[in-house]
Parts: sequence; C-alpha cells; structure tokens
Amino acid sequence: METHHLAGSRTRDETHRRLPRLSHPAGDLPRSSMEGWHPLYPGHIPTSPLQKALLAAGSAVMALCDPYRHDMVAVLGETTGCLALPNLRDKMKNHPEGYRILQERPRIRLSTLDMARLQGLPDGSLGREYVRFLEDNKVSPDTRMPPKFVDDEELAYVIQRYREVHDLMHTLLGMPTNMLGEVVVKWFEAVQTGLPMCVLGAAFGPVRLSSRKLQVLATELVPWAIRSGLNASCVLNVYYEQRWEQPVESLREELGIFPPPPVRV
Amino acid sequence: VTVPGRSGVRMDCGERGSRAGPGRAEPGRGPFPAGSGRTEAIYQVFENVAKKYDVMNDSMTLGIHRVWKDILMHKMNPCPGTLLLDVAGGTGDIAFRFINYVRSVRQRQLQRKLKHHQNLSWQEIFDSYQKDQFNSLGDSQVVVCDINREMLKVGKQKAQHLGYSEGLSWVLGNAEELPFDDDKFDVYTIAFGIRNVTRIDLALQEAYRVLKPGGRFLCLEFSRVSNPLLSRLYDLYSFQVIPVLGEVIAGDWRSYQYLVESIRQFPPQEELKAMIEDAGFFKVDYENLNFGIVAIHSGFKL
Repeated sequence: METHHLAGSRTRDETHRRLPRLSHPAGDLPRSSMEGWHPLYPGHIPTSPLQKALLAAGSAVMALCDPYRHDMVAVLGETTGCLALPNLRDKMKNHPEGYRILQERPRIRLSTLDMARLQGLPDGSLGREYVRFLEDNKVSPDTRMPPKFVDDEELAYVIQRYREVHDLMHTLLGMPTNMLGEVVVKWFEAVQTGLPMCVLGAAFGPVRLSSRKLQVLATELVPWAIRSGLNASCVLNVYYEQRWEQPVESLREELGIFPPPPVRV
Repeated sequence: VTVPGRSGVRMDCGERGSRAGPGRAEPGRGPFPAGSGRTEAIYQVFENVAKKYDVMNDSMTLGIHRVWKDILMHKMNPCPGTLLLDVAGGTGDIAFRFINYVRSVRQRQLQRKLKHHQNLSWQEIFDSYQKDQFNSLGDSQVVVCDINREMLKVGKQKAQHLGYSEGLSWVLGNAEELPFDDDKFDVYTIAFGIRNVTRIDLALQEAYRVLKPGGRFLCLEFSRVSNPLLSRLYDLYSFQVIPVLGEVIAGDWRSYQYLVESIRQFPPQEELKAMIEDAGFFKVDYENLNFGIVAIHSGFKL
C-alpha cells in the first residue's frame, strides 16, 4: 500500500492543484487526501495503516462504552478483518455455491426480497421463519452498514454478505436480538469466520449480562454455539436466496448446526 | 430574518460532509467547489454535526480551542455598552464569553462607583443598587448570526442550559449578505467561520458595512504553520488522527476530512491580511497562536 505523503513539505500552490475536485454532478463527498488512492467501491474511504490502527482502537473503546454505536462494531470488523476476510473469501471461492455467490453478488435488502411471498411460505421454512424473526424483533435487513474501510472490493462484498446474512444466523440458531441472543450468535460467528470483531464481541459482550443469564450462557448456550460452529460448514457458502422454501430443520442438518438447547433466551 | 440564498456558513473544528449539488462555474476554494452546491453541502455538514460540534472541538483540539476563544475575548477587551455581532457564531461560544467578560467588567465598574460613594447615606446606596441591578451587562448586547438553523438551535439550547438570557439575540443570516443595516455594530467577530464562506471578499465587505466608524473587525481562524518540523507534526495529526476522531466520536469521517483539507486551502496570514485591507479596514494586523495553527486578524473601520 502506498503510504500517503503529508502536505507539510509542499507549497500552497501544489496543495491547491492536488486537492480533489468534485466532478461528479451528483456530488460525491470530497475524497480522502491520500494522494493516488482512489475509492474502490462506492463509500470506500482509503486509509493508511496508522489510521486503521487508530480506528480499530477507537471503535473498540467506543463500542464498549456505547453499545448502541453499531457503526463502531462495523468499523472494528472492517479494520481488523485483514486476515479473516481473505480466508473467508477463499473458502467461498473453493465451494461451488460460495463461488456462485461471489460471482452473482446477491444482496439481502427489502427491495430485493419478496416479503409477501416469503410470508406465504409454510411455517418452518427458512423464508417464513426469517420474516417472522424480522417481525418479532422489529428489525430490517436494510440497517446494515455498508463497508468503508476495507481496501479490496471483493472483500468488501464478503463483509457486506456476512452482515446481511447475520439475521439469517439468528433464524438458523433460533436466537432473538436481545443481548444474550446476540452474544450467542457472536460466538457462533467467531468460530465460523474467525473475524476478530466477532471474537471480541463474543468475549466482551457478556459483561453487560446478569449473572443468571451468564450462567445459562456459559453452561448451555456457548458450548452449543461453539460445537455447532465447529461442526457446521461455512455459513457464507449458502445461497439463502435460493433456499427460502427449504425447512429450517433441514437446512440446519445440511449445514451441521445442532438443534438449539431448550433454554428460554 | 430571512436567509438570502448563498454561502457563508461557519465551521468550527467540527464539520460533516454531505452531498454537494452541481455548482456554478465560480472559482472555488477547497474540497467543495464553489457554487450553489457548495453552500448546500456545507449547510448539511453543519446540520448533521451541530449536536456533536462542541464535543468534537474539544476532542480534536484537546480543549485548546477554549483558550483560543478566551484570548480572542481578551484581545477584544469589550467595555460595557458594546454592541457585538458574532457571525457564524452558531453554538454561542464567543457570545457567552462576551457576556461573561462585560458582566465582570461591569461588576468592577459598579464596585468602583460604590467606593467613590462611601459618603452616601444607606438609602442612597440602596437606591443605586436598585438602579444598577437590572443593568448587569451595562447595555452590552451580542447578536449571534449564523446561516444554519441547527447550529442556532444548539446555541439557544446551550444558552438556556447555562442561564444566558439577557443581551443575547439569535439571527439567521448569511455572512455574504448580512440582514443588518449599515454602521450598526461596535465589534464584528467571526470565529472559525470565515473559512467556510465561499466569497470571503463579500463577507469582509459586509463586515465593513455593518460596523460603525471606529468599529473593530476580529477574525479567529486556522492558519498557516511556518515552522517546518511543527508543520509536519501538525499535518500528521490533522490527516491521520482527526478523521479517525470524526468517525469514532461523530460517526462521520468525511466532514472532518473536509475540515482538515479546508484548513490547508485557506489563505495564510499575510494573504488574509491583504484581503481585509482590500475591504477597507485600517490598522490590519494578525497575531499567531500556537505557532500559526490559528491566527487572530484584527482591523478597524476608520
């Protein structure tokens, strides 16, 4: 990666010449002053290694201090995923279904989902249960942050896919979106993806839980999540959009996710 | 007060980027090109950052911006009865300092007056208290003018929260086309705002117009660091740390990236001094703070 050069030694005229000009009529934001670094995808912000390190540290602290800052969790994932993301991408490339996903780049968004059709599917099917999950927890697939700090366009898609598939993880694992449910899903994802953000989330998430919940977490839920995560094939290699009719049980079996323990979460 | 169309938005140490529309072909400075698009873009910037403005200022400058503003006030050294126009004064930092300053000067005035009246009867002393009690500011007034509604809103809330009420007015207005009559104000300040004005020359002309003869123009703004070593450190901090702070604290990288770039684009001390002189001001001078990271420019309408 080219290290950016600082403005200090340049004359003012040089600075003026080199600063980015807004040319796009729709009005892009001013680009980073990283000379020679161009955005690789819409929303991409090129960053230097120092900036990534600062971002990682800052976002980790902020995510802990203010759990409502989901954008900080996202930033943490992007800035620390430099090893795990290529790994995931390679897993996808070497799997027929995963490879197709990388080629076709499907997105899970309200605009692309046929909600009416999914609601009409039989109970127990992936589509029906997914919609039920969205409704019960009052979440929408459109609230996922687009990636900003990933410096590779394909890896940016991989992390985007991981984010959009997160709700399906909830559905497959049968976990709600409360703190306990999120932590369980994080454990599963940590084992599955190896993303440091998941590992950190799994490790630090529980600090805000009551002792009773912690007990349930430690004795039943986490062991199950880890076992399932280790046993299951890569969850990113599933073309969920083509499997809405498939029963959740059947998909779980196919992937290798064990049935959830009979615990109220 | 209506807002005549164009630019002239203030920016302190915090800003937020947003969609810029297509612009007229006007010579632009800075990352946003000149034109109607620039104004809207900058407007949106402040609309978004208004709430996190003060927090960002403190984080980015490690609280030093407070010292800079205090120094500006001391340089102004206003006496009670001064009518101040603070342009791009959004969240009220300068206005509140002004009120505190004249209030304390007024206190000392009253105390001195009292000392000279020690041969008065108790009744006469008490009567003089009554008279001055409601005049703690000595008829000083500050008008805070900003183009951005959100910033003014935050400023008003702050004023309420901190207990500032008298002597304070909030006006929506554009630095390039002020909604005030000629020869009205004793002092005109613009702190960290002039950098965001598209036509600085127009803003300076307006400043000249609304000041009374004998009035003073004061501008506090980021400027050029000439020391090469310090300049490198400053650049390193600006480009590496500030956008990160923007992302982590305000969730907005772009605005703070823009901030840093707009600082580099702004005219250095001597050039700004020349522009102020061109607008008609006399005795124009500047004072560097922190080796030129910021500078206070001053001029008089004579």
